[in-house]
Amino acid sequence: MATKLIVDCSTGETTEVELTAEEVAEREAMAEEYATQKAAEEAQKAADATAKSALLKKLGITQEEARLLLS
Amino acid sequence: MANTYTLISSVTVGSGGTTSIAFSSIPATYTDLVLVLSLRQDQTAANDGQIPAIQFNGSSSNFSSRTLRGTGSAASSFSAITNILTYGSDPSDFTSNTFANTQVYIPNYTSSNNKSFSLDGVTENNATNAQAALQANLWSQTAAITSITLTPFIGGAAVFVQYSTAYLYGISNA
Repeated sequence: MATKLIVDCSTGETTEVELTAEEVAEREAMAEEYATQKAAEEAQKAADATAKSALLKKLGITQEEARLLLS
Repeated sequence: MANTYTLISSVTVGSGGTTSIAFSSIPATYTDLVLVLSLRQDQTAANDGQIPAIQFNGSSSNFSSRTLRGTGSAASSFSAITNILTYGSDPSDFTSNTFANTQVYIPNYTSSNNKSFSLDGVTENNATNAQAALQANLWSQTAAITSITLTPFIGGAAVFVQYSTAYLYGISNA
């Protein structure tokens, strides 16, 4: 069972408490949002890489040659 | 330089890990707060295991930051509008039994203005890819900070592993 640690600074006491159903649901929603965001980032990276490769091909130059042009 | 540096509370994570660490009922008797963290997660670096999230008063909203970071091969900067602590914990695929070293400095935590705070974090890894970050943060809320909560950024079943530690200090007349 997932737990959380709570340190009460007024007493110095630390308690380990099981997460409530609401907290579990909140964390699952966080994880879902994270997975969606991560997938979007990966998709964007893949799309950028494909577009870059296509552009280099169109220009007829290699990645190294493009780097030299921009340096 | 601060003329007092008082330990308010500390915690060490036990076996099985924990999904969050919360300091509650923080006394309003200091000028500034300092969090000293030694954290490791059960998530890999690819899963952002090197990034914890921070909440003030239970809120993860109204945070923004600008970060300067370095890895074993590159340096960069970025802005964020989430409550992340960049390189605030070691991920699970870094050298076993190593922990990140992080300090979070929160000045004027009881003021009625928005709260700026800073982070200085390094991960530990016996490899080329270790990481360091300096992060300037803003929490755009005017309430005094009475509680601080740390969680793995990814949420879900992610945990801070055993022997992770968090120390909260109060600074007076800084």
